[in-house]
Amino acid sequence: MPKPLVEFGNKRMILHQIEALAAAGVTDIVLAVNYRPEIMEKYLAEYEKQFGINITISIENEPLGTAGPLKLAEEVLRKDDTPFFVLNSDVTCEYPFKELAAFHKAHGDEGTIVVTKVEEPSKYGVVVHKPNHPSRIDRFVEKPVQFVGNRINAGIYILNPSVIDRIELRPTSIEQETFPAMVRDGQLHSFDLEGFWMDVGQPKDFLTGTCLYLSSLTKKGSKELAPTTLPYVHGGNVLIDPSAKIGKNCRIGPNVTIGPNVVVGDGVRLQRCVLLENSKVKDHAWVKSTIVGWNSTVGKWARLENVTVLGDDVTIGDEIYVNGGSVLPHKTIKANVDVPAIIM
Amino acid sequence: MSLQVPYHTKANGAAGGATKAVILVGGASRGTRFRPLSLDVPKPLFDVAGHPIIWHCLTAVAKVPSIHEVYLIGYYDESVFRDFIKDAAHEFPQLTIKYLREYQALGTAGGLYHFRDIILKGRPERLFVLNSDVCCSFPLGEMLRLFEEKDAEAVIMGTRVSEDAATNFGCIVSDAHTRRVLHYVEKPESHISNLINCGVYLFSTEAIFPSIRTAIKRRTDRPNRLIRYPSAENLESSFIAQADEDDEESEKRSEVIRLEQDILSDMADSKQFFVYETQDFWRQIKTAGSAIPANALYLQNAWQSGSPELAQPQPNHIIAPVFIHPTARVDPTAKLGPNVSIGPRAVVGAGARVKESIVLEDSEIKHDACVLYSIIGWNSRVGAWARVEGTPTPVTSHTTSIIKNGVKVQAITILGKECAVGDEVRVQNCVCLPFKELKRDVANEVIM
Repeated sequence: MPKPLVEFGNKRMILHQIEALAAAGVTDIVLAVNYRPEIMEKYLAEYEKQFGINITISIENEPLGTAGPLKLAEEVLRKDDTPFFVLNSDVTCEYPFKELAAFHKAHGDEGTIVVTKVEEPSKYGVVVHKPNHPSRIDRFVEKPVQFVGNRINAGIYILNPSVIDRIELRPTSIEQETFPAMVRDGQLHSFDLEGFWMDVGQPKDFLTGTCLYLSSLTKKGSKELAPTTLPYVHGGNVLIDPSAKIGKNCRIGPNVTIGPNVVVGDGVRLQRCVLLENSKVKDHAWVKSTIVGWNSTVGKWARLENVTVLGDDVTIGDEIYVNGGSVLPHKTIKANVDVPAIIM
Repeated sequence: MSLQVPYHTKANGAAGGATKAVILVGGASRGTRFRPLSLDVPKPLFDVAGHPIIWHCLTAVAKVPSIHEVYLIGYYDESVFRDFIKDAAHEFPQLTIKYLREYQALGTAGGLYHFRDIILKGRPERLFVLNSDVCCSFPLGEMLRLFEEKDAEAVIMGTRVSEDAATNFGCIVSDAHTRRVLHYVEKPESHISNLINCGVYLFSTEAIFPSIRTAIKRRTDRPNRLIRYPSAENLESSFIAQADEDDEESEKRSEVIRLEQDILSDMADSKQFFVYETQDFWRQIKTAGSAIPANALYLQNAWQSGSPELAQPQPNHIIAPVFIHPTARVDPTAKLGPNVSIGPRAVVGAGARVKESIVLEDSEIKHDACVLYSIIGWNSRVGAWARVEGTPTPVTSHTTSIIKNGVKVQAITILGKECAVGDEVRVQNCVCLPFKELKRDVANEVIM
């Protein structure tokens, strides 16, 4: 399953993004991909219809880094003189495209990058502004040892078409090459993100991102969430697809996502986990900090925890314990996994 | 095909019958390896498969028609076995059961000798001696048959174990054809035989007491005991002088006479000494964790012999064999077994899972909890969705520890008396001393 098609909060990652882009008035979307585009086409055709937009798939035959794909898609991006959004498909947040476009238009320079506040800036590349300017970027400091700021690149940009002139068609990095050049010319601004932000590329972050997303739904009073008045909902932030079946005497939550056609047995305890489509958690199992993959089965009295990730069609036997196991698709696990491991 | 020699009880008009039995029960200062469980109950009275360990010995003794008198010899306080003996007298009305207390540890043979007058009262011809810390089918009838067939002075029960395990036990070298014991050595350094001593003996009273007397005399004549046969390799260590012990201490020590170290080796040289090799199960009950394989073996044995006290199997509820005490409450949605014993007044909640475990009296396992390869101590509580788990050891293994991440840990998880495991907490390969509350996940630890 290509990452953009993975359900995040019961909605494919890419759909979260397309929805937000369409709402901001975007009419053309380019997907820069490097593998299995055919499986994406089916979904994309559907989304084109649904939102009345054009989606172009741009395939890299060799990895072109983070900037190269923009050059490759030049034709679409240069269709008119309006700026275009660029976003990393692994990033989740409350996409502020409208506000971003307005801000970008207001300052009139070539590019704007969305930045987010982090607690530990020393782990990231930090954005430093020009003295006496609230948004124009002065420089980037990679993993600063001294505090220079706490805003980092959130992986979402809006750029004028002229930026494409700064990019050559070769493997090249937008963060390392294009942006520093724009900074030198005083052409790059930052835009502060409101609310949560997470790069959900890694399973651990996917789980954390899901918690943040569910919390934001709770904050917004979303009707999508399971009402906390349900007897089995515990601590809130629980999202259950209407087609899922929940057994008796379960305790579910907080921070649980249950996908379409999922079957949860009796006496099941779920917390901080994601059950993807068609998966099954049998009676009395205990699941925490785990992603249960599509069509997978978790046995009775099994216990999964510590960022366990089950691929497609994995079976965990009855009474089995899995501590931080990454289980590749189509595997059956019949013995405990006591320490974190990849099960091939 | 084995030759079935008809076995006749010798004409014996004397009261008391031809055979007596002694069950060696040890004392509180022994059996420390059975902690933390022996902190609260003397090991011989610990419940395995729903009954005290010595009950299983006594049941086997009761099946031998010629036995009417049984002695428990040990150095526990008198009161310890009072209730057990009272109950057993009801259950086995044909047996007179007495506890003979040693006021100091005399050794397995020393205790027998000390109480020789009581034991020999009524002039029994034969004496069974059973160590209480073994779990087996106690094939006493077969031993008696071999004893008669060979006109033996002693018969020892033996079993085969793997070669690397053998040196942890007393090893028997026997004549394959005649089954006569040719040589006996306790816990040898090198491999001698994989036929080992099961701790169950049948002696002719005319042979055993003189043998012990000889051993005592030898000890008195030369109190500094020869601990090994002298050989080129251990010349220096072979004559250990207990020079640094004061006289009183060495005198005390000299009274300790053990069957294994002090008697059996000589018997192999001088007596009509045979081995009955059992094909049935046999396991030691030394560490607390060894109660789990013993529980499994006794339950399986009871199941195969159609014991009515076991729970009836039911799909998704009872996987035989399971023992549930009549006063225990088990929710119909719980799944138990195989090899589970649930003690008096214990409560097993809805959707709980218990497998290969002993749940002791007054303890509670809450709903949806999972207990595998563990012992849940008296009055302990296991929270909802908690997981208390040990590791299975191979069926043929005689050890109860395993190596995890290069560290030796107990395979069986044991909760001592009145421990509490919080809801959703996981406890794996831990030994938990009494009165502990576990609120966080723990693995591979002894919780003090």
